[in-house]
Amino acid sequence: MTEEIIIAGFGGQGVLSMGKILAYSGIMQDQEVAWMPSYGPEMRGGTANVTVILSDERISSPVLTRYDTAIILNQQSMDKFEAAVKRGGTLVYDPNGIVRVPSRDDINIYRIEGTRLAAEAGNPKIFNMIVLGGFLKVKPIVLLENVEKGLAKSLPQRHHHLIPMNIEAIQTGMNHVEKA
Amino acid sequence: MAEIKLMKGNEVIAEAAIRCGCDGYFGYPITPQSEIMETLMLREPWKETGMVVLQAESEIAAINMVYGAASCGKKAMTSSSSPGISLKQEGLTYLAGAELPCLVVDVVRGGPGLGTIQPAQSDYFQATKGGGHGDYHLLVLAPASVQEMNDFVALGFDLAFKYRNPVMILADGVIGQMMEKVQLSDYVPRWSDADIERLSGEWALNGKKSGRERHISTSLELDSYKQEVFNHKLQAKYRRMEEHDTRHEELYCDDADYIFVAYGSSARICQKSIQLCREQGIKVGLLRPITLYPFPRLPLQALAKRVKGFLTVEMSAGQMVEDVRLAVNGTVPVEHFGRYGGVIPTPDEIVDALKTQIIRA
Repeated sequence: MTEEIIIAGFGGQGVLSMGKILAYSGIMQDQEVAWMPSYGPEMRGGTANVTVILSDERISSPVLTRYDTAIILNQQSMDKFEAAVKRGGTLVYDPNGIVRVPSRDDINIYRIEGTRLAAEAGNPKIFNMIVLGGFLKVKPIVLLENVEKGLAKSLPQRHHHLIPMNIEAIQTGMNHVEKA
Repeated sequence: MAEIKLMKGNEVIAEAAIRCGCDGYFGYPITPQSEIMETLMLREPWKETGMVVLQAESEIAAINMVYGAASCGKKAMTSSSSPGISLKQEGLTYLAGAELPCLVVDVVRGGPGLGTIQPAQSDYFQATKGGGHGDYHLLVLAPASVQEMNDFVALGFDLAFKYRNPVMILADGVIGQMMEKVQLSDYVPRWSDADIERLSGEWALNGKKSGRERHISTSLELDSYKQEVFNHKLQAKYRRMEEHDTRHEELYCDDADYIFVAYGSSARICQKSIQLCREQGIKVGLLRPITLYPFPRLPLQALAKRVKGFLTVEMSAGQMVEDVRLAVNGTVPVEHFGRYGGVIPTPDEIVDALKTQIIRA
């Protein structure tokens, strides 16, 4: 199994962290992983994206133009990456700030209101984990227990008390993702 | 047992340097390799192994600090990206001329000039053909994964001391910035004074002992005939490198009709192109030079006897293609496909290039 994912949004939304958590979770289940960020001028106060690949085999290119899944967090990224999803692939997006909704009928499109749910929970910072939960519901490529292990591995000890909150946010996302 | 980590290529260079017993890192920040010195500063290895980490006032100062440390038989290194490596060229030719070992990491970005900060491979000529003045070469290693960023640090120092010659790790922004699984090496202690005397006592400036001649480290020789004798010696050394330490990898070459020749991140992208080609029934393989100097000429010549053509894929306007053409020597077509200036080629573009430039040509 190989899953090629692009996560794209604004800098500061936690795009790179989402990718890192996925990559760590992949390692926890003995997969090969690659995490390739955009590091160019665009990350200095603009759009940010990261390619994450999880695979049971040796990973070829860390740089891709077509993806099994796109996780989209703003309009610019929707404009750029909707067309890059492989036929039959998956697009997960947060509708906050999206004015032109995705229109392809040859891919599976899901909405997860991460921004709204995070605001309602009084913690806007967990929005990316809610979106990640939405993705993991429709594509359970990593087990929740491996996400938890991955968080424990990637976060310094002093942040470990935040792990339950993150897992809860993922579960919220799992419960609220809907087919668009 | 060695640890498995998820790390960026640049971070791994720093970690590998500490673990392989490096004595000193001297550098100056530049994107896309600043994480090397950042990681070293965070790790504070001077508290752990005694390794010196110093941010110099410039790239030129840094390479000359390496020159000084190397002449004492120490394991010294520096790193930079393309514009900074250009500044280091004088130091590098002096190190090569004084036959001193050191490790230089170049995480290449698009040029010329200050260029862009995105990945490129447009410094192949500079890395493999000398770079500075005079008839010399660096031994050049081209990692294609984060694991190789780890492995080539210790290997680079080994080769540098084996040949008393500067070694370069020629990476690019993709390999430096991406994270992959990596198995870090075990710790090797730094050399003691006794180790240096035993390993490099014939040349190192480690304090004159009674009963032995003083050591002089220089790249200056006023007698041209003596300079020519020295140059013969250097050339003989390069021939030994070619014979004993040329490295490459072949993937899917056994049944291949066509061969991609690519190194570093381009070699990774080509592996995706190979999957796409083989889904369409086109049998393609990959020859990946691991040492760019010395260049894997003989395996290319062997492949040239049974394949229909080669396509080199580089993030440059076509540099390594010249070495491939020299090796293949006109027996089958050799063409180049490249994106450059910081643009990364896509797997599909490479497939199209193979079809239009080699198969249908």
